[in-house]
Amino acid sequence: MLTIEQAILDAIVAHVRRDHPDEACGIVAGPAGSDTPTRHIPMDNAARSTTFYEFDSSEQLRVWREMDDRDEEPIVVYHSHTATEAYPSRTDVSLAGIPEAHYLLISTREPESTEIRSFRILDGVVKEEPVHAVQSYMFGQTPNSVDYECRG
Amino acid sequence: MAIDVRIPTILRSFTGGSKTVAGSGETLAELLSDLDSNYPGLKARLITPEGGLHRFVNIYVNDEDVRFLGSLDAKLNDGDTVTVLPAVAGGAFGMAAALALSRPPSPQPTAPALRG
Repeated sequence: MLTIEQAILDAIVAHVRRDHPDEACGIVAGPAGSDTPTRHIPMDNAARSTTFYEFDSSEQLRVWREMDDRDEEPIVVYHSHTATEAYPSRTDVSLAGIPEAHYLLISTREPESTEIRSFRILDGVVKEEPVHAVQSYMFGQTPNSVDYECRG
Repeated sequence: MAIDVRIPTILRSFTGGSKTVAGSGETLAELLSDLDSNYPGLKARLITPEGGLHRFVNIYVNDEDVRFLGSLDAKLNDGDTVTVLPAVAGGAFGMAAALALSRPPSPQPTAPALRG
């Protein structure tokens, strides 16, 4: 399960909506080993494409160094699909190189509704997991939390 | 001639779990060969059978992507740090189309290396 603050999810959705119809991408960093995503970092899509994304290699190094310095790791790696469902494509699966990350996919194909789904991708195997949005990690079990059910 | 090499999680199965390993070489190609003698299989995850860098692996010498430094011919100096990161990429495209995308300055359209 991915547990993530609603405010971070909202910021991710705002980012991918802003870049639509290009695919948008980024990460949410968090303390190493915590499985808690705390710092949203939108990344440039160096491919600037409606069907492909790729982090800029120089930006990636800078961000990865910064995480190292802060004892963080990428907890969530996200990107949008702008004309298809929020499910990992064969390309996504083949290129998934961060086994410890939650791969969050957001579909912006519907203007009024946003599909958000999370996956683990390990050794070419895709496993969907629920997204548990909370108002705050401190009060994660309040009735304010919203669970997005797995679909598909 | 000691070069520190930072290894991403997905390749640490080749380094016994080590996050940083040491190697030597005058160029990146020499360094990778040296590493492969201690960590067999590592080089094949970074270099294609044709001898080029894998398209979806990023290797940096200090702060610079080696694609800007002559790729495998990049010169190394004592005390340099080499960082290996999996490229973060994907998208709704089919793989064939994705691989056809060029990436300046020296596209290396090859099969992905860092998969599981």
